[in-house]
Amino acid sequence: MSDREYAVVGTRPVRHDGADKVTGRALYGADFQAAALLHGYILRSPHAHARILRIDTSKAMVLAGVKAVVTAADFPQGPDRMVDLGDGDVPLSYVRGNLLASGKALYRGHAVAAVAAVSRHIAEEAAGLIEVEYEPLPCVLTAPDAMQEGAPLLHEDLKTRELGEPTDRASNVADHLRFAMGDIDAGLAAADVVVEREFRTATVHQGYIEPHAATALWNNDGRVLVWCSTQGAFVVRDVTACVLDIPVSRVKVTPMEIGGGFGGKIPVYLEPVAALLSRKTGRPVKIVMSRKDVFEGSGPTPGSYIRVKIGVRNDGRITAAQAYLAYEAGANPGSMVVPGAMCIFAAYDIANVVIDCYDVVVNKPSTAAYRAPGATNAAFAAETVVDEIAEKLAIDPIEFRLRNAAKEGTRRADGPKYRRIGCVEVLETMKRHPHYNTPLEGPNRGRGVAVGFWFNIGFPSSCNLSVNADGTVNLVEGSTDIGGTRTSIAMQAAEVLGIAAEDVNPSVADTDSIGYTFATGGSRTTFATGWAAWEAAQDVMRQLKERAAKLWDADAASVTAEAGVFRSGDKVLTFRELAARLDETGGPVVGRGAVNPKGVGGSFSGCIADVEVDPETGKVSVLRFTSVQDVGKAIHPSYVEGQMQGGSVQGIGWALNEEYYMSPEGTMLNSSFLDYRMPTALDLPMIDTAIVEVQNPGHPFGVRGVGEANIVPPPAAIANAIYRAAGVRMRRLPMNPPAVMEAIWKQRD
Amino acid sequence: MPEVHIPAMLRELTGGRSTVEAAGATIREVIEDLERRWPGIRDRLIDGGRLRPNLAVAVDGEVSPLGLREAVEPSSEVHFVAAIKGGV
Repeated sequence: MSDREYAVVGTRPVRHDGADKVTGRALYGADFQAAALLHGYILRSPHAHARILRIDTSKAMVLAGVKAVVTAADFPQGPDRMVDLGDGDVPLSYVRGNLLASGKALYRGHAVAAVAAVSRHIAEEAAGLIEVEYEPLPCVLTAPDAMQEGAPLLHEDLKTRELGEPTDRASNVADHLRFAMGDIDAGLAAADVVVEREFRTATVHQGYIEPHAATALWNNDGRVLVWCSTQGAFVVRDVTACVLDIPVSRVKVTPMEIGGGFGGKIPVYLEPVAALLSRKTGRPVKIVMSRKDVFEGSGPTPGSYIRVKIGVRNDGRITAAQAYLAYEAGANPGSMVVPGAMCIFAAYDIANVVIDCYDVVVNKPSTAAYRAPGATNAAFAAETVVDEIAEKLAIDPIEFRLRNAAKEGTRRADGPKYRRIGCVEVLETMKRHPHYNTPLEGPNRGRGVAVGFWFNIGFPSSCNLSVNADGTVNLVEGSTDIGGTRTSIAMQAAEVLGIAAEDVNPSVADTDSIGYTFATGGSRTTFATGWAAWEAAQDVMRQLKERAAKLWDADAASVTAEAGVFRSGDKVLTFRELAARLDETGGPVVGRGAVNPKGVGGSFSGCIADVEVDPETGKVSVLRFTSVQDVGKAIHPSYVEGQMQGGSVQGIGWALNEEYYMSPEGTMLNSSFLDYRMPTALDLPMIDTAIVEVQNPGHPFGVRGVGEANIVPPPAAIANAIYRAAGVRMRRLPMNPPAVMEAIWKQRD
Repeated sequence: MPEVHIPAMLRELTGGRSTVEAAGATIREVIEDLERRWPGIRDRLIDGGRLRPNLAVAVDGEVSPLGLREAVEPSSEVHFVAAIKGGV
């Protein structure tokens, strides 16, 4: 556990960007303005699956106020190749094809053409004048349907990779992978109880409040300038350069403030299209998605079909576990089924495991990452079966999990042994939490628990520090700030420098002004960019000790620093006093940190949910909810709690309300926040949090990363609570009133 | 020698063995040694001079950003795992 006391780390200073955000002065993607700005509009396919036979833009082009129209034909045409643009290696043709459809529209809402005009209204009117001749094709909307023999094929050239090897089989299954450990048959044979169940989860959207927005200017000097809302400015730079076939040095991306992302703003949808329109017009072009565009044209998380089979001895030890996962990738391969498979049994020490996973394309938008991508679907299945087994064995559900919990040295099904982890500590915290020990009284009420895991990631980050003469420090970094990371990064620098967090001025820079920094995602920013800040601060301290030594005519090795005070013998200077004397000791002090760190620490999260089920309507009300998570070290506990609460609320949304409600023709019928019901503060109780700190030995301050694991267990915990409230096992998400009523009626029959 | 854990999907190349020993001071050298004994395995792990797309290597339980250049000790445990990126 974390037992070290820090001066800054672990405290709760006011966030540096707080004033701008609460006064409305912060500038988001759509706020960008420029002289001679044009407005873009994207025409989207009305069909879920159709061949594009002809696009005639002539009528649109002659509409007064229209300056340019682009289609996929305006992209550089060249041979296809694999590119790594921030979310794994993908064919360039898929990236370009998702920006503007070429040959086929693969989902309703697929971008087909774009217009730039003097106003958004004229651009929208012009888009309506573009004639697109489609040949509608049958669509397929779920993974099981898409895997059927004879299902409509999205990509005629897509051949299934079977267990890592290419095949000649054309299908909608892009990949079939397997993880195996031990002897599954022997493990199941050794079990006294075996439970096998199947589950389905709906397509859900990240639901970030700010729609995608981007402005691009293809400048006369050949440079492309971009201002946008993104989780990764360097991802946008690299994708834009790659798609437009220009060097990355010709693209400069300035990240605006971002109103949420949750993984959905790592992919790029608008910037290269805006750049093409700008090249044609010589003017900056801004494109802002509507909410309908966001739902229909950006990447939600996969719907899925999962089977889980778990064998257990009467003493409560799991002997074997088997899973089959088929995830909807959307229009292009890459569904995050692999991390789902790697997480599905990650909370447990199981000797015999087989996991088969399938990445399946369907006629829905290409899916994107969403907070612990793939893991929430998987945990809903596994944790519901675990709960059912615990009940069959009459063992307390937390105690059952503790008997099987993963710990340091446990081998996961995908191979590696865990280093220091906090699964047991999370479960023990849940077990002794007042919530778990308070009786839940009243009819139709039930309590459920579940746990979940997410890996977290490292990847490159950069940070620069410059010391000001007044003793403050400017911090420049490349991670867009979604959840208060300016402050969590600044606090780590301040801790090393021995100054207050408020004396560090953090700013997020454009891609010309800071070294490469991977996207804000994977719960990596406080871990990796914080590490870069730690390293930059070490660099500053080394230089400052040298400067103090110069002033004192002493050996730099004799200079010590503690709590912002430099000493050598009886000589003393505060950080502020020394900062004022930089000119006379050699000039500015600038520290740099650039890392690609190892030492990533995975995070476990658990939750306790109390619900009440209305037996007349099936409506589920959450009465009380507690989120518990091992975060390694909470740099700023308020923001850690905020992440835990946010992830919990999103998980509750998955559980009870959210889904892409699709017509048989592949049209999303609820593409507005009025009909796509995300839980709000009015729907939920206060989400209680319990921070567990099992230090990650791989980070200077023990940070693990906190942004994702908390979304993993809520749907399963709520399903388990519904069972105890209403006596029905729910195996499909969302568990909305019709679904719960149907289950209750079936049980009555 | 480092102990290499063979992913389920490559075990047909190692006669069904899930763990094998391979000599080398780096992941690249370990793979070259694997290739000498289990021909074909290199191409399943390496593409264009680097680890295959969407593949990562973990040494002693820790995913390495250095890939083929990662150093290994004689006591090291090596895993080839799916590369994970993320969501928030």
